[in-house]
Amino acid sequence: MIKFTSVFKTYAKGGLALKDVSFHIAKGEFAFLTGHSGAGKSTVLKLVYADEPPSSGEVRVSGYDVTSIGARDVPHLRRRLGIVFQDFRLLEDRTAEENVAFALEVTGARRSAIPARVMRVLTQVGLAAKAGAYPRELSGGEQQRVAIARALVNEPQVLLADEPTGNLDERATRGVFQLLRDINASGTAVVMATHDLELVRSAPYRVIELQDGAVVYDSAVDEAAAGGEPA
Amino acid sequence: MTLTVREALLAFRRAPLLSALSVTTIAFSLFVLGLFGLVAVNLRQALRGVAERVEIVAYVLPGTQIETVTLAQQDIEAFPEVLSANFVPEDSALARARRELVEFRDLLREMERNPLPASIEVKLKPGYQDAAHVNAVAERLRGFSFVDDVRYGREWVENIDRLRGLAAAVGVVVGAAFAVVAVIIIGTTIRMAVLQRSREIAIMRLVGATDGFIRRPFLLQGALKGLLGGLVAVALSYAAYVLINRFLIASSFFTALQALAVVVFGTVIGLMGSLLSVGRHLRRV
Repeated sequence: MIKFTSVFKTYAKGGLALKDVSFHIAKGEFAFLTGHSGAGKSTVLKLVYADEPPSSGEVRVSGYDVTSIGARDVPHLRRRLGIVFQDFRLLEDRTAEENVAFALEVTGARRSAIPARVMRVLTQVGLAAKAGAYPRELSGGEQQRVAIARALVNEPQVLLADEPTGNLDERATRGVFQLLRDINASGTAVVMATHDLELVRSAPYRVIELQDGAVVYDSAVDEAAAGGEPA
Repeated sequence: MTLTVREALLAFRRAPLLSALSVTTIAFSLFVLGLFGLVAVNLRQALRGVAERVEIVAYVLPGTQIETVTLAQQDIEAFPEVLSANFVPEDSALARARRELVEFRDLLREMERNPLPASIEVKLKPGYQDAAHVNAVAERLRGFSFVDDVRYGREWVENIDRLRGLAAAVGVVVGAAFAVVAVIIIGTTIRMAVLQRSREIAIMRLVGATDGFIRRPFLLQGALKGLLGGLVAVALSYAAYVLINRFLIASSFFTALQALAVVVFGTVIGLMGSLLSVGRHLRRV
């Protein structure tokens, strides 16, 4: 599903962002990416959704080789992914419903099928009643749910979440996290970058920890080495 | 396609001020270009009016047989440059002189013999009214044995020539400068529209929109703005023409085809401007 092999990433200005990163996330898995700010979590996600190419090494996502992916294929790769950010990235001048529908429209979905699909995901994230609300009329947690609905509406194989609870209070955090767990339970792989260790400890999921651009801990590998059950 | 149209129209509704600003800017850029075009059109027409009066007169030797002259007249009319060749007999020349030269009327009346020679007056077709062609025709007229002398306003023709060349040069340079300014201004307004929606573009890309899909509404929007701007510019030019006509000098307006050209030019510039702005933006992010 997502496979990093000896990935290095250097920025022209910022020096080394990723150092020899290797991991494999399987279909339907839930994995945390943890580490301090600047450890490389967002860079890993950017490589996954082909926002940037790796400097060396190989990144494979859902059958695409991001290392050599052509500009024409990037949109098609992204349609297999759902992406959620800390700052929600909703269009302020569109309602919740329109924000979600937007993601379907840009992929050329059949118009007649759009309203039903939009309502289904809004129901799934618990916001069916607020479909007509604009982002400014919603709380942070609700806005993130809209963003998650938008990420889900194309039925992605993987949901990428970059600090999805970073802007939320504790209650909203728990709600959004539970939503991500539910989504994972229904078969979608989830990769969640977070530095909220409490959240990480609260669930029995795989943890990949980054420090200064290198993987310093991977529960799947380290527990296997220690004789434990791999996740 | 319907989505492209909807998004393009939505942009007008979502940012009415910026859209109105773009259309106005395009309209005024094209209006300035249009005003200049009006000047060029009228100048050309005035020059053509002057050039039409270019005339070559071949004086016929006294005593020449009228048949000879008539035959030659037919020959001259067959010259590719020649529009008309009129034979003016001595009597008509005298009658005209009496009519037009009032000061000499008495003198002319008292004369016993008509002092004026017969002549052939040659007018040239439009496009041949420049010095080179006038000289060539005059030279050929001199070749007829019965032609005594050939007269035409050589300096006058050469001056018209110079004026025409100058007008064309100024027209091309100033017209090109205005066109470049119009393109830059229009490109800038469209770039503003692109920047205003850069967040939206970034989100579209994240959810898997292709560049073509992102570009299309902008191109349509740019073309629409150019079209509207062009229409407004033609309307403004027409208003200016009416005012100039009433209060300054009699002038003429664009032909339908020229007015259409202004509108098409606006549309094309709008399209090109958005193509460049969006293309550059998409390559950058």
